[in-house]
Formats: sequence, structure tokens, C-alpha cells
Amino acid sequence: MKILAFSISAIVTGVLIVILNSTLVLPAPLGKLLSPQHGLWQNAEPVNKNFSESLHFTGLKGKVNVYFDDRLVPHVFAEQESDAWFVQGYLHAKFRLWQMELQTFAAAGRASEIIGKKAINHDREFRRLGMVYAAENSLKEMENDSATKSQCDNYTAGVNAYISGLSESELPFEYKLIGYKPEKWSNFKTALFLKYMSYDLAGHEEDFEMTNAKNQFSSKDFDLLYPLKSDSTDPIIPRGTVYNAPKINVVKPTTADSLYFKDSSIINIARSKPDKENGSNNWAVSGSKTLSGAPILCNDPHLGLNLPSIWYEMQIVTPDFSAYGATFPGSPAVIIGFNEHCAFGFTNGGRDVRDYYDITFKDDSRKEYWFNGQWQPTTFRIENIHVKNDAPYLDTVAYTVFGPVMYDQSFYKDSAITHKNYAVRWSAHDASNDLKCFSLLDRAKNYSDYKVAINYLLTPGQNCAFAAKDGDVAIQTQGRFPAKWRRQGDFIMPGIDSSYMWQGNIPQDETPFQYNPERGFISSANQAPADTSYPYYLGSDYPMARGYTINKKLTAMTNITIKDMMALQTNTEDAFAQMAMPLVLKYINESKLSGNASKYLNILKQWNFKDDINSTGATVFGIFWDNFEKEVWNDEFSKIKGVTSMPSKTTLLEDLLKDSSLKFIDNVNTPPVETLTDVLVSSFNTASGLLTKIEAGGKLKWSDYRATHIDHLTKLPALNHPAIVSGGGPLSINALKEDHGPSWRMIVSLTQKIEAYGVYPGGQNGNPGSRFYDNFIDRWANGKYYSLWLMTPAETGDKKVRWTMTFSGS
Amino acid sequence: MRFLTAVILVMILGFATCLLFPWWSIALAGFITILAIPLKPLQSFFAGFTALFVLWFLLSWWISSNNDHILAQRVSLLILKVNSPFLLMLFTAFIGGLIAGLGALTASFLKAKK
Repeated sequence: MKILAFSISAIVTGVLIVILNSTLVLPAPLGKLLSPQHGLWQNAEPVNKNFSESLHFTGLKGKVNVYFDDRLVPHVFAEQESDAWFVQGYLHAKFRLWQMELQTFAAAGRASEIIGKKAINHDREFRRLGMVYAAENSLKEMENDSATKSQCDNYTAGVNAYISGLSESELPFEYKLIGYKPEKWSNFKTALFLKYMSYDLAGHEEDFEMTNAKNQFSSKDFDLLYPLKSDSTDPIIPRGTVYNAPKINVVKPTTADSLYFKDSSIINIARSKPDKENGSNNWAVSGSKTLSGAPILCNDPHLGLNLPSIWYEMQIVTPDFSAYGATFPGSPAVIIGFNEHCAFGFTNGGRDVRDYYDITFKDDSRKEYWFNGQWQPTTFRIENIHVKNDAPYLDTVAYTVFGPVMYDQSFYKDSAITHKNYAVRWSAHDASNDLKCFSLLDRAKNYSDYKVAINYLLTPGQNCAFAAKDGDVAIQTQGRFPAKWRRQGDFIMPGIDSSYMWQGNIPQDETPFQYNPERGFISSANQAPADTSYPYYLGSDYPMARGYTINKKLTAMTNITIKDMMALQTNTEDAFAQMAMPLVLKYINESKLSGNASKYLNILKQWNFKDDINSTGATVFGIFWDNFEKEVWNDEFSKIKGVTSMPSKTTLLEDLLKDSSLKFIDNVNTPPVETLTDVLVSSFNTASGLLTKIEAGGKLKWSDYRATHIDHLTKLPALNHPAIVSGGGPLSINALKEDHGPSWRMIVSLTQKIEAYGVYPGGQNGNPGSRFYDNFIDRWANGKYYSLWLMTPAETGDKKVRWTMTFSGS
Repeated sequence: MRFLTAVILVMILGFATCLLFPWWSIALAGFITILAIPLKPLQSFFAGFTALFVLWFLLSWWISSNNDHILAQRVSLLILKVNSPFLLMLFTAFIGGLIAGLGALTASFLKAKK
């Protein structure tokens, strides 16, 4: 009897321990998680924690002192440059390990290992896009460069030194919550992280949607819907710039008119896409326009806003340079920042560098495909996707001369019916050592150093702004961009011969750039890089409004101060609404408005075109224009059976300004011919209904309606930072949206003693149990900045230094 | 008296084993203690339960106080769906108590008859 009781008790204890130690039954290993000596309580960082410590690692060549200021920003002083990268890796891991590993898992298509089978589709998509293949290619290039290899080796060693020293109780909170452990870091993971940025910034295209639209509309109509030039756009390199004849003559295939433009496939593949608004602002003003006489450079990259933030702020000082700025946990170097001589900042180039080819397989085995008049062998890459609590998923991907066949019948259902297979050609597949651009900028002294550095930045293509103490300002629309014939790659291309392949890249010395322009400033905000006199095809779909506002303001400004630049960076004017409202007011018929619509129209009439916190006009305009667009386009676009992408806001407005009886205004599903007035009235009445509900819910004020929130990467509400109160909107310089916006604001005045300001919506410590987790957010939301301290060796005794970490060889 | 001695011993062992071993070593703390100081099954369970309930409550309260309860607020919302660090401490204490109590109970069936 006692034996039985003993056995039952022992078994119950054992089973309970197993349940509480794993995620087999419960979503989190509760026992392990709650143990005060192992679990989450250990991550509850004392608010007065002392971050000072003295560490020894074999492999360090000299001494490294790290001075943390009151914001927990480390100022790393290394006797040897290699040690600086080691310490950067160590600090990234110490404060951001979970996010940097998660991002590389997502990039490599390994999310299923962490969150189980619901991520299989994500993992397949990323692997089929060739993310791992791309990272492998770039890693080779990075490791062929001895300086980059040493930098990455040391960074990796630093990350791993931290991981090796981690006890169970010191594991970052998220590992405990989900119930897994970090792997060792590697240079490959750094390459994967950088490819993730390429996915985010150089992965946007609308080729399927455009193919469908081309097949739905006449070519004349298509050009109205997706024009190649925009009258209201003020390009990065101003209109009127004279360009030389192109060095590469791109030849349109002779079959283009019959095979490419006449192809009538309808594609119905929904796919994950990087945020279309991944944009940014940067500008630099010459000394001639500033009060101090020194140039000022500003940059604010717009990215998804998450916790922990994508950025980690730090200063790195070696015998050769002293650089300060925003760094990427996952990669060595300062990415956006400044040194004692110059400052540099980036906005996304937004060119289309990802195209699809229609591949004809001989049979379902996918072993051969038709190319240049014969059957060519494919190569197979077998992707082994490990799945948490499930069997591994094996995915075989066929590779062609173009790249991986991302979409075939093993991956999307329609293929079994249409027998269409699409290979993806992406510039990120090609080897590049983009990291070297940032490493060289960190130590750049002048314009010629900048020119050498940015030539390494190939994918993602960026508009690289530069300003130096010696007075120079410059911008280059840099990247490896295929030279394309008009409309090449806007649609799915035939994959049957080499005539549709990319015929070469635009030579680096033919990328549009500006150096000390007479107007006294350079700027970019993701608008078109140049006007149509540029001899290479630039594609379309560039945003217009922010660039327009920036250039208008900068042109008018003189005696510029840092304060002026802060005001400009957080400016909330909506240039688009300003251009659209005269048209709306001219054509709307107020007597036909019903319900509350007249009230809302009056709000709109009084609106100052600013997306301010309490603005109700901004909300009215936003909702009204959305409904107007829908009413104009829905009738035509709902006839397309596949995926669609509506024309841009700018296109609709420009078309209407040119022709108020634009044919698309008419609802093709109703017998009468609607006029612009009819559609304006009807969409305003619809908007009025929505607005009435929103007002009843107390959300009519812009900031309440936009409802910006900053979520933890797990999206678990308890870890999020809710309800940001702030001005700004998608079309204003302060480009704030629901979960997307200025991810790092930086202003650098290149006076003799550099004066710099910056802020990002997050905090230095990724640990949700730290007071440094989200402590910058309020200041950021209020449009305020921190002074950025480019610390010198003489200042180690400064009272701003709160903690000191020392690293030395053992 | 034996009960109180057992409780204190489980607390000491529970704290010490967790310095070196995984969290579930608290079950062993309960188990070993009752082997050394045999008690009736129900008493054994409560000795183990009380020890770890008190130990884990005090530990978590101490740690969380130094943290201004920043993390406990988030995690209580996450796990218990209410913003209450105190409730999270009680929940922590309960799980610790339960496992140590079961460890102690198991040992009581080996010793009790002798």
C-alpha cells in the first residue's frame, strides 16, 4: 500500500515537474520561468543596478574601457581596433541578444524552430526567396576582404564570449518565456542580418500586381494609372541636371511586344511584403545657409517601430577613429552617425531590384527548364526546416540561371492549374560587402573618403547624405541597380531565353549625385532620384510629399540653427493634402452632403494641413481621401481576379488636376456616368458616416485616431508600449504611422566641436525588466532630443560617466 | 517542533540546491528533508509547501522591490491577465510550494511505516 502511494506521489511530482519545465502542455515553462533563482525574477533588473565590471578574455590584444553615460550609452575606447569590434559584439549581446538572434532566425527561414509549425510558410517563403543563398554569397565576399573578415571574426568572438558566460538565470527574459536557448553567433549570422535589412529595404516590388493591371487595362489607361513621371515630385537630384549619354546601352528584346507586354497571365499569389513606407528623410545644409557657418546633417530612417528597437546607440573609439551613432545589434560598425570629421545618413533608394521570370519546366520533376532553345538542368537546394514540437519539413527548391524558382506548384495552389512557375532575380542574391561601406564611413575624413566608402554599398541601394567639417555636403543615390529598358521587370518576364535577363548594372560613376550644389543643400525622402532626363530607366512608385516639403522649406531657410532642424525633422505639414484640397473644394457640391458631412467639411476647410496631435482636420482628410480612392478604383480593380495594387495617391491627384473628367471617376457598374462632383460627394458622405462613429468613440483627434503603438517583437501586449501621443502622419516629414515611423532622429552640426542631437523610440536595454527598456520613447514622441556626447579620452572623469566596464586579455 | 525544523531545513536546502541545480531540485529539498526528519504524509506536504511558499514569496518580493516591480507588472499582465506584482509573487510561491510539498510527500511514504 505504501509502495503504491509512494509510486503515485513520485509519478505525480515527476509529471508536474516535466509539465512546468517545458512547453509540452503549457505555453510557457512556468516552473522554470517563475523560479526566483532561475527564471524571470532574475531579469528584474535592480533600478540602481551597477553596470561596472572588469572582464578578461583570451584573444583581446589590448585594453578596452567602456564608459556608460546616464542613458546607458556605451563609449568604447579600445587600444586596438580589433578589440573594439569584440566589445561591440559583447555589448550587443549583453543588451540585445534575443532580438539579434530572432532576426537572423527570421531571415534564415528558421522561425518554425522557435514558434512551431505556424511559421512554416514564412520559413518556406524566405528560403525560396533565396535569403540563405544570398547570405552565403555575401559572406564569401565579406570574408575575402581581410579587414571585414577580421572585423566580423572579432565581433562574433565578442558575441560568443557573452553567450558562453551566460548562466541559466542570466538568459534574456524572452528565452525563458518561450523556452529555448541561444546558439553560438557566427559571421554567417551577421551576413543573414544584413540580408534581412536588404529584404526590408530592397525587397519591395509590385510585379504580380502590375502584371494583372497591365492585362486588365489598355496601355494608354495603364500609363495613366502607373505613370513613369510625376509633375509634383521634386527629385533628389534637381530637374534640369544634365546627364551624359549612358555607358550601357540596354537593348529591349525583339519579342517584348509579343511575349512580354501581351502576356495575359493573371496571378493570384498573396505574399508577405516589406512595408511600403520603409522610407526616410535625410538632408544636409551647407555652411552658407547656417547661422554657425558650418554644415548641418540630418537623418531619420523610417522603419517598423518595435521593442527592443532595431537601433542601439554607441560610440566606438580606436587609434584610427572616433565614431558615434546608431548601430545594428547583429552587425559591427556604426551605421548612421558621425565622427570627428564628418557625418553620414541614409534614406532608402526604393528602386526595383527584384524581378520574376516565368519558367517552363519539362515536367513535374522540375529537373529541366527551357532556356535558349534547349532543356537546361536545374540544381536543387533542399531546405530542411526544423519545426518545434513537430517533424522537420523538407522543401526542395529548383535553381535556374535567373535564381531560385520561388513559386511553383509545391508552394502555391494556383500553379497546379496554371502550370506557372516563377523564378526570382534579386540584386541581394549577388555577392556584396556592404558592411565595408559603414566601416569606412566610420573613419572617413573627407568627401573623397566618403566616395570610396559608399561604393561598397550595393544592396540595399541608399541615398547617402554626407557633410564634413571642411564644408562639403554631398548626396549619392548609391547602389547596384540593373540597367533596364523601359518597363523591364515591372511585370513578370518570360524566362525562356537570355534576352530578358538584366544586361548589366548602372556604372557607379553614373549614379545620380550632387556635391556642394549652389542651392546650399542636398536632400532625399525616397522620391524619384532624378527626372526623366536621366538616361537610365528608374521605374515608378516613388513617394512625393515629404521630399516636396523638405525642399520647399530648405530653399526658404537661411541662418539655420539646430533648433530649426529639430523643428523641420518633426514638421507635421501634409503637402499632399495641401495640393488636393483646392481641387476637393472646387468640385464638391455642399448642398448634396448629408448627415454630419457639412460639419466635417467645415472642419476640413479650417484645417491648417498639419498632422498635429489634436487636429481633427487630419483625421477627416485621411478618412475622406481613403474612401474617395476606394470609390474611384474599386469598380475597375475588383474586376481583376488576381492580386492588385491601387495607383498611388499622388497619381490620382495629378491625373485629376490635369483632367477633372478622368474616365476612372465613372463607376463602371452603374448606368449613369458619375462626375468628379458625384464621387466627391458620395465618398464624403461615406466618410462622414465613419467619422460620426469615430467621433462617438472619442477618436476624432488625429493622434487618437492614428493610435501609434510600439510593440515588442513577440507582439505580447504586456510587453508593448501603448498609445503614443504625438503629431506626424504618413505624408508629413514626421512620418509617423500606426506602428511605423522615424526610428532614429539625428542632427549633427559640423562645427569645430561637433554638436549633435539624437533620439530613438526605445531604450538601450532590450530587457523588458529594465528601466532602460523603453525610457527614450516619451522624449521621442514629444519631438525632443538628447545631446549626443562624442566623448574624448580627456573626459573619462566627467560626471556623465556612470559606470565603467573594462575588458582585457587574460 | 519537528515540523518547524523540517520547514527550515527545506527552505535552506531549497535555496542551496537552486544555486547549483535546476529549479525542480526544490522537490529534492523536500524529499531529503523528510527522509531525515520523517513526518506523516499530510504534515510532510505542508512542511515542504510552507517552506517554499515562504522562500519563493520572499525572494521574488525582494527582487521585484529592487526593480520597482517593472517586470512583475508586465509579466503578471501576461500570465495572470491582471496588473498585480503581488499576485504574481503569490503564484510563484504557490508553484514552489506545490513542487517542494510533493517531493516531501513522496518521501513520507518511504519513511512513515518504520
